[in-house]
Amino acid sequence: MHAIFILWLREVKKYSRSRAQIVASLGQPLLYLLVLGFGLGPVFQKSGNGSYLQFVAPGVIGMTVLFTSVFSGIALLFDRQFGFLKETLVAPVPRIRIMIGRTLGGATVAMLQGTLIFVVCLIAGFRPVSLTTIPLGFLFMALIAIVFAALGTAIGSGLQDMQGFQLIMNFLVLPIFFLSGALFPLTNIPKALAFIMRLDPLSYGVDGLRGALSGLTQFGFATNLITLAAIAVALLVFGAWRFSKIEI
Amino acid sequence: MIRVQNLVKKFADFTAVNDVSFTVAKGEIFAFLGPNGAGKTTTIKMLTTLLPPTSGTLQLNGLDPTRQPNAVRQQFGIVFQDPSLDGDLTAAENLELHGVLYNVPRKIRHQRAEMLLKLFELWDRKDSQVKKFSGGMKRRLEIARGFLHTPKILFLDEPTLGLDPQSRNQLWTHVRRLNDAEQVTVFLTTHYMEEADRVAQRIAVIDHGRIVAMGSSQELKQRTKTESLEEAFLALTGTTIRDETANSSDQLRQMVQMWRR
Repeated sequence: MHAIFILWLREVKKYSRSRAQIVASLGQPLLYLLVLGFGLGPVFQKSGNGSYLQFVAPGVIGMTVLFTSVFSGIALLFDRQFGFLKETLVAPVPRIRIMIGRTLGGATVAMLQGTLIFVVCLIAGFRPVSLTTIPLGFLFMALIAIVFAALGTAIGSGLQDMQGFQLIMNFLVLPIFFLSGALFPLTNIPKALAFIMRLDPLSYGVDGLRGALSGLTQFGFATNLITLAAIAVALLVFGAWRFSKIEI
Repeated sequence: MIRVQNLVKKFADFTAVNDVSFTVAKGEIFAFLGPNGAGKTTTIKMLTTLLPPTSGTLQLNGLDPTRQPNAVRQQFGIVFQDPSLDGDLTAAENLELHGVLYNVPRKIRHQRAEMLLKLFELWDRKDSQVKKFSGGMKRRLEIARGFLHTPKILFLDEPTLGLDPQSRNQLWTHVRRLNDAEQVTVFLTTHYMEEADRVAQRIAVIDHGRIVAMGSSQELKQRTKTESLEEAFLALTGTTIRDETANSSDQLRQMVQMWRR
């Protein structure tokens, strides 16, 4: 338990010390929120879908949680390069605990970052449909964070250099984001696309968040919760297995 | 305490460790000497559960690192050749993290951390982030961390690389004290022959993945009919310089150094 806690604490401390990085990481979500939010707003309204800001804000929160948590897992690559990973791998602590400590730490950081964006959304004019469903929104944030922190760890366990990192960002993380319905509704889209979107774990996270915060859900809370929880368990097991196979 | 038999490690196209066998007795100080790329660090990685061997058997205190990694990790402490600190954490936090991972009780952890930070003259800077430290300070902190818990076996992989004579002296005095008082078995590698000559009771010379000679410093000198260990070493391993290919970690480090400018 102590080992899990101290590794969790390490992630949170590292986050709180990287002020510049926190500010920098607000840039992209702000662009999506403000430029798309106000730019596409009138078109969205005309097509009879209501306020685009109300629609896109949960998507942007989901995106932030996705990027932060995947990145925390992939930060394993940096620990490998700068040597700290060795220190944890030779310690007399089962690797599963090291993996859990890191993953929970990464998920916590992603939650904090998501909360920050939630506040920014409120300032930009986003209004949650009801105060009572906000905790449900945070539950979905937590599930997204755990799913993708575990995925990041699974990927980071095998990465050897920065080139691999770019590959993962462009061919896995960005598609996960764009295919999740974070930016546009999943209704009336081509069947093939709809099928792919159903395979994207983030679709369920964003849909759940949107249901909790904006009152718009396509799959329903039960489906979203069960699917995400199942994927979280599967990815935690997969990530732990990959982590246990790390060679230096 | 350490028993290695017919150890082989092959990477894709070359054999890093080729049929190495040796034993180290409890309480012994054993030095592994060899030119760059001879297989010293690879052997240590296999002993410390970081790499699985291709073939051969390993035993630490009767335990097999490939089959009982967690039990083996209870037995040893290690100071790595290359950096392994977290630069975002402070010196004190790095030690605290190590102490928790190694189950050192809180009170002893704090006492020992204070003692070691003072010994290696880092106490004033204990609350600074490690990334702000000079190379020598980082090295000292790494060594202090290696002594935070008292293992049965201590691995020191080129521990004095980049250390000033004062810190080197502190290090070896401390190693000897641990070895005397607590019967800690020490397995070390170094490029400084006079250090090996001074501290090690037994020395193995490894080259191209094979052990070419083993014995006390005296025996090695007699065998090669030389005056010093350095000459004996050169007589055993030749005078050509070895190249190590730069791997991706080195490239990334260079890149990061570029960004920092």
